[in-house]
Parts: sequence; C-alpha cells; structure tokens
Amino acid sequence: MSSVDATGLAHHFEDLEQQHESATLGMWAFLITEIMFFGGLFGAYVVYRTMYPEAWENGSKELDVFLGALNTTVLIGSSLTMALAVRSAQHGKNRQVIGFTFLTMVLGFVFLGVKIVEYHAKWEHHLIPGPHFMFEGHLGGHEELFFALYFVMTGTHAFHMIIGAGLMIWVILKAARNEYTPQHHSHVEMIGLYWHFVDIVWIFLFPLLYLLGRHGHASIGH
Amino acid sequence: MSSTVAPHAAAPRPDLPATDGHAVEPRENYLNVDYGWKSWLLSTDHKRIAVMYLITIMFMILVGGSFAILLRLELATPAGDLLQSETYNKIFTMHGVVMVFFFLIPGIPAVLGNFLVPIMIGAKDLAFPKINLLSYYIFLAGITLTLIAVAMGGVDTGWTFYTPYSSTYANSQVALAAIAVFVTGFSSILTGLNFIVTVHKMRAPGMTWFRLPLFIWAQYATSLIIMLGTPVIAITVALVGLERLFHIGIFDPTYGGDPVLFQHMFWFYSHPAVYIMILPAMGVMSELVTAFSKKRVFGYHIMAFSTLAIAVIGFFVWGHHLFVSGQSTYAGVMFSVITMLVAVPSAIKVFNWVSTMYRGDVWLTTPMCFAIAFLGLFTVGGLTGIFLGAMGFDIHVHDTYFVVAHFHYVMVGGMVTAFFGGIHFWWPKMFGRMYPENMGRISAAIIFIGFNLTFFPQFILGYMGMPRRYHFYPEEWQVLNVLSTAGATLLGTGYLLPMIYLPWSLKFGKVASKNPWGAKGLEWQIDSPPTTFNFDKVPIVTEEAYAYPEGSRHQREAEVV
Ligand SMILES: [Cu+2]
Repeated sequence: MSSVDATGLAHHFEDLEQQHESATLGMWAFLITEIMFFGGLFGAYVVYRTMYPEAWENGSKELDVFLGALNTTVLIGSSLTMALAVRSAQHGKNRQVIGFTFLTMVLGFVFLGVKIVEYHAKWEHHLIPGPHFMFEGHLGGHEELFFALYFVMTGTHAFHMIIGAGLMIWVILKAARNEYTPQHHSHVEMIGLYWHFVDIVWIFLFPLLYLLGRHGHASIGH
Repeated sequence: MSSTVAPHAAAPRPDLPATDGHAVEPRENYLNVDYGWKSWLLSTDHKRIAVMYLITIMFMILVGGSFAILLRLELATPAGDLLQSETYNKIFTMHGVVMVFFFLIPGIPAVLGNFLVPIMIGAKDLAFPKINLLSYYIFLAGITLTLIAVAMGGVDTGWTFYTPYSSTYANSQVALAAIAVFVTGFSSILTGLNFIVTVHKMRAPGMTWFRLPLFIWAQYATSLIIMLGTPVIAITVALVGLERLFHIGIFDPTYGGDPVLFQHMFWFYSHPAVYIMILPAMGVMSELVTAFSKKRVFGYHIMAFSTLAIAVIGFFVWGHHLFVSGQSTYAGVMFSVITMLVAVPSAIKVFNWVSTMYRGDVWLTTPMCFAIAFLGLFTVGGLTGIFLGAMGFDIHVHDTYFVVAHFHYVMVGGMVTAFFGGIHFWWPKMFGRMYPENMGRISAAIIFIGFNLTFFPQFILGYMGMPRRYHFYPEEWQVLNVLSTAGATLLGTGYLLPMIYLPWSLKFGKVASKNPWGAKGLEWQIDSPPTTFNFDKVPIVTEEAYAYPEGSRHQREAEVV
C-alpha cells in the first residue's frame, strides 16, 4: 500500500529528493499536456482568423478592453502572491502560506467575477453562439465563430482557475496543520507551477481575443 | 545481476518439473498478501492495478468481438438480411470505439506496462501509485459512459466521429460517446505521465538509459505520444460535443465552420494513436525474440532510436487520411513522402528481429509462436501501409476494404498478436503458474490461420472496389466474403482458447519457477509472483540488457564439446 512516513516520504521512493524531483517532472509533463490541450483551441483560432479576418476584427471590437486589461493585472498580481506563498512554504512558514494562498484565491475570484460581468454583457447583446446569436441585427455570420472560440477558450481557462482555487483550499488546510517544512513542500510548488501556467494562458488569450486587429480597418483579408 | 541467473544449459524448461516448486507454504506475494475486495479495489500496487486492467480489458475484447461477429455474420450474404443499415452502422461504430479506445490503446501499456515498467527498471512501484489507481477508475468511468451510450441506442458515426455528420445530422448518442472518449483520454494521459516520470527518476543504480530493456524504450516513446497527442483529441471531441449540444458552429459550414478542420485535429491524434497501439507491441516483440533466441538483440541502439523515430515522425503524417478531403496537392505530396519515411524505422525493427533469430537458439514456445506470427502479419500490414501512403493508389482504394484489411493486419495482426504473446510470456511471472504449452501453440496457430483467412480476402475485395461500412454488396463478392466470415469464426475460436485455459491454469497449471524461460532481465530474478515491493533490496545493475552468452548456438555447442 502507498504509505507515507513522518517526513512525508512515500514508501516507494529512496529519499525526499527523488520524491521531489519526480513530482516536479510530473507537473511539467502535465503542463505539456495542457499546452497541447489549449494548443488545439489556439490552432482552431489561427485557422479561422486567417479565413475570416474581418469577422475577427468585428468580434474583437465587441470585447471590453478595460475589463480584459483589469483582469490581466489581477492575474499577474495573483501570480506574485502565489510565488510568495511558495517562498513561505520553502521556509516552512505555514501561517504566511495560508495568508498568501488565501490572497491568491481572492484575486482568482475577482478575475472570475469580472468574467461573469463580461459574459453577462455578451448575453444581453445576443452574442452567445447558438440559435439566439445576433450580430448587428443579423442572424449568424462568421462573427459567431469568433464568439464560439471566445467562449470556449475563456471558459476552459476559467475552468482551470476554478480547479486551481480548489487546490488552494487543500494547501490552506495542510498549512493550517503545519505540514510544510523546508524539506517537504512539493504540493505548494506544484500548485504554484499550475497557477503560473494558467496565468500564462491568459497572457496569450488577452491580446489574441481583445487586442489583435482592434485598430485595423478590415483590410488585412483583401 | 549475472550471478543470480542460471546459465543457459541449466535453464529449466516448463516440460520438466519446476525446480523450486516444493510443497512448502508459498512465500507472501502481491496476490496472497490480502484477499479482501477492498485490498484490490483500493490497491495502489502497480501489479494489482495491472491485473484489474487485464480483467477489464478482456471484458472489453469480448464486447468488441461480439460486435465484430455480428458484422461478419451480416456480410456472409450479399443481401442486408440480418441487420438493417442503421443497426449495422451502429454495430461497426461500437466495434471500432470499443476496440480502439478500450483495448488497442490501453492494452499493452495498462496491463503489461503497469506490471513490468517498475520491475524492469528495478523500482518498487510507479512514481505516482495513487494517480495510477485514479487512471484505472477514470478508465472504468469511460467504459461506463460508453456502455450507457450503447444501451441508449448507440452511435452511428463510425469511430472517427466525422463532422458535420456527427456534429449536426447524426441521430444517435454522439455527445455521450464523445464525453466517453474525452474521459478515457485522461486515463491514458495519466498512465503515460506516470511512465515518463518513472523511467526518468526511478531507475535502479546502474540501470543507465542504454541498459533499459527495449520494452521500456517502447513504453517511454508511447508515453510521449500519449502526452502530446491525447490532449488534442480531448479538445477535438469536446468541440464536437459542444457543437452538438449548443450549436456553436465550429465545424458547421453554415456559420463558416470547416468540417475538414475536424479531420485535421482528429488525425493529428489518431494517426499517432496507431503508434500508441503498435510501439508497445514492438517492445514486447523485442523481449520475446531475444528471450527465445537466447541472443542479445541485434542492434540494440538502433532499435531504441528507431522507436523514438517512429514516435516523432508519426506526428507529421496525419494528412495521409485527407488525400480525398480537398487537401492541397502539395500538402498531399509532403504527407505522402513523410508517411513512407515511417517505413524505414519500422523495417529496421523487422530486420533486426529476424537477425536476432538468425543462428540463435530458437525455442518455439507459445510466446515465440505469437512473435513469429507477428513478424508475418505486421510485415503485410506495414507494406500495405506504404501502398496506402502513395497518393495515387490511395485514391483508388480509399474507403474500401483494402484499408480495413491493412489496419487490421497492423492492429490485430500486430498489436493483438504481440499482446497475447506477451501475456503468455509473463503469465508465469504475473500469476506464478505455467499455462498449458501445447494448447498455447495450437491457439497461436489457429489465430494465425484464422486471421489470414479473415483479412486477406478483404485486400482483394477492396482492390475490386468493395466500399467499407455497407451492410450489403453485389453477389459476385460473396465467395470472398464467406471466406472472410469463416476465417473470423476460426479467429474468434483462437482468441477464446487462451481466455479459457489461462484462467484454468491459475488453479491447475504447474507452479512456475522464478525464471521458467531462462531469460535475462530484472523481472526474472524476483519471485513468481513478485512480492508487493518487487525487490527485497534495491538491485544494482552491472550488465547490458539481454546479456546472453556471446556467439551463436553452434559456437556454444562447439565449446561444450
Ligand atoms: Cu494514419
């Protein structure tokens, strides 16, 4: 059975170093699968953007750059607090881990809250793809593809953030039991890597969806 | 390491009484350590998880196989009498979905890989035992969803889920099947991730990269493909599901969506998936051929590198599925050329296995019979793959039985044959009992004959133009179809035999020694069945893989004289 001793070493590893290295490699490998997962969506984005540049510009202009930029700032801030939480765990300061992780979670929820405001606005403007989609008074159109990808990409991203927030509750519970020591803090580091990855995805989503082609004159495609 | 293995001449043979099978109380091992059902269902022992996978996958073979029998029965007569077209479409779809996602892809990695990867590299377990158990339950969830989809009426899109039929028009359980494939994908991602980390971080002292058994190289390369490919199919089927549920338009031409984009995304994974199925089989082959030729594998390094080469090149050939989908001619030519490149490392492997057998001490046990069957069947499958990679010929036989015959030669003739060979080879290690040797040889022979009888006529039918996926055909093709159905009956019998005598041997088989084959490799130095942590103390590896005595059989015999 998978038993763990008092220092946090699982039975099948030789030492804590091997265990930590395995966890780190596993997390990076997992992030590579995540890149391929989002890669499929980015691939579809590139194909359709090349096919319908005008629709993409029109779609971009419907998005709220201010809220997008605000969310970018919030997420970068949360990456900072996450990094501080990891640092605290490395020093075995469990109270600080709780504080910084909690702050990261709060920033994550601010991001999701802003996203809900944005989604709601799209709902009111009939920009949700499906039978009720309307763009500038017309049914359908290639703009619908833009919004389909917008919702799938930002939705998948938001889903990853919710998972991240769930993992942070776990970190807080462990820190509350003073489980992190300078030798044993892999969980926090792994969740930190995950959180930074989710941030980086947004760093790509924001310019691709909100900024690119915003000031164009619908002439690239001709 | 070398000191513990009996010299070749003294290697016990299964026809002789097992040497350490005294009537003493058997030592504690991973099977008898605890009999409670919880100790199985919640086990994080890689060997127990492998056994659970084995049972589950055998069940799925029976499900997928019964669909195949229905298909062949329908095709015994030209008229569509047994099944109507809608039912037939559902049956061939479910045959494909079950066999591809629940047998061919997980088969060797999840069963033999789970059991052997830690043992072969000298570790106590995989790097993440709990994730390993999780992957099994995700797999079960995928199976459950699939079976629910079948119970609710099934899917009729073909296992390829081509849009826009699947996303807009099909009137069957596409969304549920898509979710099932999505979920199952995570099971294979977690297994692949576990193998990669285990091979990197858990090797015993002295187990350098170029001392790894080729089976491990194969599992490693397969895991790379799983990690890079499976997430793409996950997002692809997720988009099909979303399209179906919410009509978002991504693959719907009405909104400017491109159904061919689906084909690109689908085959970006599903061509490499072919190598997820065949690379582990090639890994098993290398183990069988060396063990039963009593010779070091011919060209170890090139075997390892050709494994990686297949994994890498395999990611750049997906367009050969789109020769008639409106892909540009230039793209087609490039995909055609790269496709043929894959033949190079594959052929290297076949040549090296044959060279390993050449002047070796070939011992025709059941696993070796399966290995030789693999050589023949895989060669036919691989060569016809080159035919299909050539654009001109492919356009002639596209969507005909030629394609069906080709991929069955690779998948069934290749992967399934190696799977059965591997199961027989490691059966004594897994369960501590010998299977009945002659029954094994007979079933290998039946499978080889039945397989060729089933699928060779399909090459001819396809060349004559019989399209796949129809439940009726003109009368002049009946003779070949009846041959194929007769072959399928034989083939089914061949597969059923091991499913009967293997469980039988658990109770009535001879007790197996540590190393009934006199084979090299860490797994043959530990108990059969192994203890829970595999090794009493960490092994220290001091020699290359397959360090059989140098020189051919004749030279060795001369030395003895
Ligand atoms: Cu292919």
